Amino acid sequence: MSQSSLQTIPVTRRQWLMSDRPQSRLQARLGRAYMTWQRFSANKLAVAGLCIILLLILIAIFADVLAPHSPVIGNLGGARLLPPGSEGYLLGTDDQGRDILSRLLHGSRLTLLVIVLVAIIAAPIGLLVGAVSGYAGGWVDAVLMRITDIFLAFPKLVLALAFVAAMGPGIENAILAIAITSWPPYARIARAETLTVRNSDYIAAVRLMGASPFRIVLRHVMPMCVSSLIVRVTLDMAGIILTAAGLGFLGLGAQPPLPEWGAMIASGRRFILDQWWVATMPGIAILIVSLGFNLLGDGLRDALDPRESGQ
Amino acid sequence: MTIPETTQLAGRKRARANGLAKSVLRFLVIIVTTYLGLLAVTFFIGRVIPIDPVLAVLGDRAPAHVVERTRELMGFNKPLYVQFYLYVRDALTGNFGTSVLTTNPVMADIRRVFPATLELATFGTIIGSLFGVPLGVLAAVKRGSIADQIVRVVGLVGYSVPIFWLALLSLLLFYAKLRWVAFPGRIDIVYEYSFTPVTGLYLIDSFWQGQWDVFRDVFRHIILPASLLGYFSLAYISRMTRSFMLNELSQEYIVAARAKGLSETRIIWGHALRNAAVPLVTVIALSYAGLLEGSVLTETVFAWPGLGLYITNSLQNADMNAVLGGTIVIGSVFIAINILSDLLYRTLDPRTRAR
Repeated sequence: MSQSSLQTIPVTRRQWLMSDRPQSRLQARLGRAYMTWQRFSANKLAVAGLCIILLLILIAIFADVLAPHSPVIGNLGGARLLPPGSEGYLLGTDDQGRDILSRLLHGSRLTLLVIVLVAIIAAPIGLLVGAVSGYAGGWVDAVLMRITDIFLAFPKLVLALAFVAAMGPGIENAILAIAITSWPPYARIARAETLTVRNSDYIAAVRLMGASPFRIVLRHVMPMCVSSLIVRVTLDMAGIILTAAGLGFLGLGAQPPLPEWGAMIASGRRFILDQWWVATMPGIAILIVSLGFNLLGDGLRDALDPRESGQ
Repeated sequence: MTIPETTQLAGRKRARANGLAKSVLRFLVIIVTTYLGLLAVTFFIGRVIPIDPVLAVLGDRAPAHVVERTRELMGFNKPLYVQFYLYVRDALTGNFGTSVLTTNPVMADIRRVFPATLELATFGTIIGSLFGVPLGVLAAVKRGSIADQIVRVVGLVGYSVPIFWLALLSLLLFYAKLRWVAFPGRIDIVYEYSFTPVTGLYLIDSFWQGQWDVFRDVFRHIILPASLLGYFSLAYISRMTRSFMLNELSQEYIVAARAKGLSETRIIWGHALRNAAVPLVTVIALSYAGLLEGSVLTETVFAWPGLGLYITNSLQNADMNAVLGGTIVIGSVFIAINILSDLLYRTLDPRTRAR
């Protein structure tokens, strides 16, 4: 149907996408995505951020191929603490003769693991709490929001420290601790979005058709909260990376010999005066990745939420 | 004066008193539930997560009768809600148990180390606001210019950099290479015994006692970690200042002030910033609370003998009483600053007052 109409009226792809009378749901969605992309790609810094993140993902996937050496087994005999630019070791080696570049490349997997898992755990919790709270109202809302505010008022890093101290060091526990302390802002956002849609006509229509509150929240309210949630999660990613690196630096995150960037800085700390590169290189990696997420998050916010842009 | 008018007035007065009582009550509920929540979470961390807290204290080689006795002494044979009640009672009186590492009561340890963190975070916040507010104003006034871009990049890097890494590198540069600042720590060992602190805030103490050589030494110790924390809060403060200022500068009263012929300086610093200052106070208070927490990592790098170093040292030695005590203290200060800044905001901005 839309195929034939496309053929009869000659339109460019751009016009088809920008059409204010879309013929199908797909066209409407693609059109909206296209306009968002237009706004997003006008922001050069945001595109740079996106490139950094895509590069991180690619590196994490192909770490085995890209890394010239093993990330955990070093050359203890002949290659300890070599400076950057040494033969075969672009970024130098650490105290166990391990190639720092290879460790950084493999470490990208751990970084990605942390942010993906934290997002998967924390965002749905926040989304559920916020949507239920906003839709139900009354005392349910009061109680859930009080709990959210209580968690919001806690010092996140210190609480994560205490959690990990009790559960034992390790990257799984660090992820869990960060997730437990980072869901409250998502609940607030989801609640705010829910309040704006709960009295709209389409919700009333669904309710008239006999949908249960459970179904309404799950199928019709929560999807409306997703886009602002994605922005917030992206903006939080940098903070999550920094917290995870901080836990790693204190020896509470990933354990040796895992090439976690924060832990790598901690192990290079002893050599900072004479072999500066051991601690410096992982820090640069952390800085680049969290900068990428901040740029991407800023760009996404401006593109998805024109009200906030320019601020 | 007719009778209905006076009764109306009285009624309005009563309504206002009612509103005040309600908002005071609301505040009390917020404070109490937040603190109870903090205690519940630390209770959960300390008593519920470890499979057996007694074993966590004694180790798994202790004989059975010692384990039994300790269990009774620590009250672990009682039901959980009784334990929680006792826990809250102890925490409210400042009793967090004894530190395994230092064998002192945890509260005494914290009282000893807290001034160091307070001094560092306060100095850091002062640096952050002193530079962050003007930078934010500059960025807003020259929106889109090179200056705006530079402020933005400085802020973005501040958001994205791992602070402990920056601390290490700055130590390498300013201490090891340039010799501008002193060795990590709070005060030179030479002065450690000749100088008797009163408040625990060394800068103020040495200034008060007129010991200028001590003051200079303390300053050389604090300047680097405080600058780093200051940079951290500058990133946040400058960004928020810019946003608030842009908001104010687009208001009509600015146009009116321009039409009256006021100077640009007067408009920016006297009118716009003055109105932006109200939410800024909240931002600065929150970043102060953030620095108290953020000092955990910085103190570790600079061997700064504050609460952060105390917590991390206790962590390394599995000294849970000390860790949880420190967490509760930082959490309490954090919550208190949160609530105070909220209160301050309400008093400063007449629009937020309950109608």
